[in-house]
Amino acid sequence: MSSPPRWAPPRLSLRLIPVLRRHALVWRKLALPSLLANVADPLITLVAFGYGLGALLREIDGVPYVTFLAGGAVCMSTMLAASFESLYSAYSRMNVQRTWESLLHAPLNLDDVLAAEWLWAALKGCISGVAIVLVAILLDISRAPTLLALAPVILLTGLAFSAIGLCFNALAHGYDFFSYYFTLALTPMTFLSGVYFPIQQLPGWLQPVCEWLPLTAAVQLARPLVLGQWPPDVLGPVSVLVAYALAGFWLATGLTRRRFVH
Amino acid sequence: MTNPPTHLANRPVPSPHRGEVLLVEGLAKTFGSHRAVDGLSFAVRRGECFGLLGPNGAGKSTTLKLCLGLIQPDEGRIRLLDEPVPVRAREARMQVGVVPQNDPLDPDFTVAENLLVFGRYFGQSDALTRSRIPDLLDFAQLTLKRDARIQTLSGGMKRRLTMARALINDPQVLVLDEPTTGLDPQARHLIWERLKRLLVLGKTIILTTHFMDEAERLCDRMLIVDHGRAIALDSPAGLIGREIEPHVIEVHGPERAAWAEAARSLCDRQETVGETTFAYCRNPAPVLQSLQAHPPLRVLHRPANLEDVFLKLTGRDLRE
Repeated sequence: MSSPPRWAPPRLSLRLIPVLRRHALVWRKLALPSLLANVADPLITLVAFGYGLGALLREIDGVPYVTFLAGGAVCMSTMLAASFESLYSAYSRMNVQRTWESLLHAPLNLDDVLAAEWLWAALKGCISGVAIVLVAILLDISRAPTLLALAPVILLTGLAFSAIGLCFNALAHGYDFFSYYFTLALTPMTFLSGVYFPIQQLPGWLQPVCEWLPLTAAVQLARPLVLGQWPPDVLGPVSVLVAYALAGFWLATGLTRRRFVH
Repeated sequence: MTNPPTHLANRPVPSPHRGEVLLVEGLAKTFGSHRAVDGLSFAVRRGECFGLLGPNGAGKSTTLKLCLGLIQPDEGRIRLLDEPVPVRAREARMQVGVVPQNDPLDPDFTVAENLLVFGRYFGQSDALTRSRIPDLLDFAQLTLKRDARIQTLSGGMKRRLTMARALINDPQVLVLDEPTTGLDPQARHLIWERLKRLLVLGKTIILTTHFMDEAERLCDRMLIVDHGRAIALDSPAGLIGREIEPHVIEVHGPERAAWAEAARSLCDRQETVGETTFAYCRNPAPVLQSLQAHPPLRVLHRPANLEDVFLKLTGRDLRE
């Protein structure tokens, strides 16, 4: 007779749907400021770097810099929003506002609550990713039909970064911890993942390492789609993102169980 | 006067001795090197108000969490509403309402939204929850606050809303962790009144408290725990009758020490804490008479209460 062992696979159930509805209802009340906060950063990056730096660079890999950057900006936007939601917002629900406590008193398990956080943060990532795609369409940076195929890429990116964020959430004892994650993990990753420049510009020894980063995988899929091409390799990057998403969520579940149940 | 929520009233009142809603045997839980719960066994009967009493850190809240299946016990067996816990804790919690400390309500929602959203967690249709909301708001005296934001509510209102939220699924058992801590006397009395009404409706109530007057007022039986172990289980009157002399005379002021020495043989038991001497006795007359020789002393003669029992059993040391 016991709760699931700490490292047993996450047990998912449809009970998480009312929890998602709860998060969505809160979001509906605060949607505009929340969306602006999530989209502002990648949007400024796209416009400032894309047009500012782009005027100097002209072309990279044979396309205007702003077009080159757009694919990376979509991924970065998704990453930042999913990370912010799975760190600051999830922590606030877990420890500050104690939403989790109320949820756990209802007929919901910790796994349900965590899975809802995972999907919700991924969804927030998707909203921000799609917002950048819309900007790219509006500014005529890209109107390729392959943009439609960005949808699953954005979703997978959101799921991967949301899962990683929840691992750190499970270890956190305050918001400060998250600024380390942002400045020491996410910011360097944007420079190592080909968002701003091709990873071929990096030192040779570093490139194979970068291939395993989730943001690299996302950019490898998103950039060609923005340029109206199919990615040369789909299976590799998709596997990397799926692995981060699933292994990350499994790890997050174990760490969170350790924090709460065991 | 408000009426009880109709969906609560429609249920036939179960007889108080139809079995046990909660069975705990040999429960133990250790955090690091701290044995928070150390071999607890007890049973809660259907329809009673069961109190879990103890000083800070005695293991009350941990025991509640274990019984709700929120944390994994190291040892022991728990059955809540005939479901094994924690394995089927979720199923058991379908029929349980929980009022935790500090009212973790959703600050972004209105009063009514808090209830509506909470109903969904039980898989209840919005129509069913909506039909219950007016009665629950009435019960919690929050009808006029239906569309108010949580931040605008007083402490008492928040507690009553948390209580109403815990009733959204029409539970058989209501679990409350220190239900009146931090409330003013008016708010406390209103909570007690509502809890008594729920008892009349046949609900089982399990609560923790360190207010002895609260336990004495509400509880049919109570378990006193300290250092994670059970040290007494009885009705309030039974505990007072069994554990302590019926009269308490508290004395302080100049000449106290001299009087205490002289009066020692007149009482059944004497205890001096700082500047105060407590005389516990079955026959108070000789003690009171001896005090007349020391007019400057300040004297409080009162019946023994649960707090005396509690302090006798758990000691007077601060638990911080």
